[in-house]
Amino acid sequence: MRRRRARRDWSLLAIALPGVAVFLCFHYLPLLGNVIAFKDYQPFLGILDSEWVGLDNFSVLWEGNPAFLNALRNTIVITLLQLAFTFPVPIMLALLMNSLASQRFKRIVQSVLYLPHFLSWVVVVALFQHILGYGGPLESLMAALGGPEPEIIGNPDFFKPLLIIQDIWKSAGWGTILFLAALSGIDQSLYEAAEVDGASRMRQLWHITLPGIRPVIILILILRIGDILSVGFEQIILQQPAVGLAASEVLDTYVYNNGIIGGQWGVSTAVGLVKGAIGVALVLLANKVAHMFGEDGIYRGANK
Amino acid sequence: MTGMTLPVQDRIPRSSPKRRLRRGRSSPAAEALKIVALSVCCLAVIGPFLMVISTSLADPLQIDTGGGMVIWPERPTLEAYRVIFAGGQVTRALAVTGFVTVVGTAVALTVTAMLAYALSRQKLPFKRIILMGALMTMLFSAGMIPVYLTVKGFGLLDSLWSLIIPVSVSAFNCIVMRAFFQNLPAELSEAAAIDGASEMRIFLTIVLPLSKPILAAIGLFYAVGFWNTFFSALLYLNDQEKWPIQLVLRQYLINNAAISAGDAVAAGDLPPPQPALQMAILIVSLVPIACVYPLLQKHFTKGFLTGAVKG
Repeated sequence: MRRRRARRDWSLLAIALPGVAVFLCFHYLPLLGNVIAFKDYQPFLGILDSEWVGLDNFSVLWEGNPAFLNALRNTIVITLLQLAFTFPVPIMLALLMNSLASQRFKRIVQSVLYLPHFLSWVVVVALFQHILGYGGPLESLMAALGGPEPEIIGNPDFFKPLLIIQDIWKSAGWGTILFLAALSGIDQSLYEAAEVDGASRMRQLWHITLPGIRPVIILILILRIGDILSVGFEQIILQQPAVGLAASEVLDTYVYNNGIIGGQWGVSTAVGLVKGAIGVALVLLANKVAHMFGEDGIYRGANK
Repeated sequence: MTGMTLPVQDRIPRSSPKRRLRRGRSSPAAEALKIVALSVCCLAVIGPFLMVISTSLADPLQIDTGGGMVIWPERPTLEAYRVIFAGGQVTRALAVTGFVTVVGTAVALTVTAMLAYALSRQKLPFKRIILMGALMTMLFSAGMIPVYLTVKGFGLLDSLWSLIIPVSVSAFNCIVMRAFFQNLPAELSEAAAIDGASEMRIFLTIVLPLSKPILAAIGLFYAVGFWNTFFSALLYLNDQEKWPIQLVLRQYLINNAAISAGDAVAAGDLPPPQPALQMAILIVSLVPIACVYPLLQKHFTKGFLTGAVKG
C-alpha cells in the first residue's frame, strides 16, 4: 500500500516535469549564464573555457563611459516621466468610469479602452508614425489650419513625451481593471453614511474611495518599482533608427546594441546583471516598506 | 505560508443599477461632461483604425491627391489586399505566425495545465520548492544575453521553436490556473482516486473538463502573446523566410521598406500605392486579434479576477 502511494505521488512529479524543465532551462540555467559577466566571453571558446577577468566588465559602470551614462540618464528620465504621467492615468480613468451613472456607457468605454493592450508594440508604433508623422492626417490638418508643420515623429526632442503618450494610449485602459475591481469592493453603506453626515462628493472621494483602493495602488506601485530600470524595450528599439541613440538609448537597448549586435558579451551581461539585481532589490525593499506601514504589499507576511 | 495575493475582492467588477441610483447624485451637467471626456478617449483609440481601414481601401488617385492617409475611401477597391495575398512575404509571414500561434498555444496550455494540476495536489513531492521556484521567476529575469546564449546552446537559433518553448509556461498563468483547480470540489478526484484512477487520468477526465473557462481564458492570452511575438523573433531568427508577421510589419510600416507588387499586378496596370499596401498589411495582422477580442473580454474578468484570489 505504502509503495503504491509513493508511486502515485511520483507520477504527479512526472506531470509537473515539462513545466519544471522549462523553468529550469530558460529561467534558472540562464541565471548561471550570468557568469560571463566575470569572463572575457568568446563565442568560439564557449562559456566554460573563456578567461576569467574579475570585475573588469563592470568597470563600464563607474569609469564614466559616455554611452553608458547616456543610457542611464535616458532610462532614469523616462522612468520618472512614466511614474509621474503614465502611472496616475488608469487611477483617474477608473474613478471617472466608476462614477458614471450609465452602466451601459461604462461597458462600451471598457470594451474600447481595453483593446490597445492586446496590440503589439509594432502595431502601436506603426499607427503613431502614420497618423502623427510625415504625410499623415495630423500634417494635413495643420496645413489646412495654416499652423506649423508638426515635428513629432523622428524628432529627438519630442521622443520622450511621445513614448509617454504611446504608453498611455496602449496601457491606460487595461490598467483600470484592478482599480475598478477594488472600487466595486468598497462597502456602499460608507457612502450612505457619509451622505447622511453631509459629506461632499470630494470629501467622499478623499475619505472613502481613495483609502478603499489604496492597497491596489500600493501593490501596483511596488511591482512598478521593480521595473524601474525597464522602460519599454520593444517600444524603444522599434523607434531607435528614427531618432538616434542620443535621445533613445536606454539600459536595455544598450545591452542589446552592445551585446547581441556589437559582440561585447561580457560588458553587456554585466550591465544587465546589475540592472536585474537592482530591480529585485527594489521590489523587496519597497515591499518591506509597505509592510512597515501595515500594508499587504505583494505577499502577506508569514504570521499575519 | 507565503503566497502571492492580489488584494482584489472575490467578485467581478460590476455594480447594480439600484445601488448606483442611490449614489448617483451628480448633476446631469457633470454626467454629460464625463461622457464627453470618455468619448474623446474612445475616439482616440478607434479613430486611427478607421483611417487605417479607409486608406487600405482607397484608390491610387485619392491617395496621391491626399498625400497619404485618407479619411473616407471615395472609390473603395480591394486591390491592395489582392496584392499582399498574392503569395509574397506577407502571405508567408502569416503562415509562420499562424503556425507559431496554434502550436505555441497548444504547447503552452498543455505544459501550464500539467504543472498547475501537479501543484494543486497536496501529495506532489518537492511541492514547496517547485512552487517557490515558479513564483521567483516573476521577480527576476536572467537577462537578455544569458537567455540568448541558452537558446543558442539548445540549438534553437533560426528555429520557430525558439519562439515557443522558452515562453511555454508563465508563472502567473500557472498560479491562476492552479487556484482554479484548487477551487474544484475535491470529492470528485478523491472518489476517482479511491476507484483506482491514476493521477493522469483524474487530470484528463475530471479536472480538465471542469476547467474549460480558465483554459479558454489563459489559452486566449497565450495566443495573443504568440501572435504578437516580435522581439524574440528579432533575436533568434536570422532567416527572413521564417519571419513572423510582426517583423514584416516593422520592415514595411516602421522602416518604410518598399513593398514590391511584383507579379500580382498585370502588366500596364498601376500597382496600389504604398500607403494602401501598408495599411492593408496592418489590417490583416489585426484581424485575428479583432476576432478573439470579444471572447477575451468575456473571459478575462471571469477567469482572471476570480482565479487570482487564492494564493
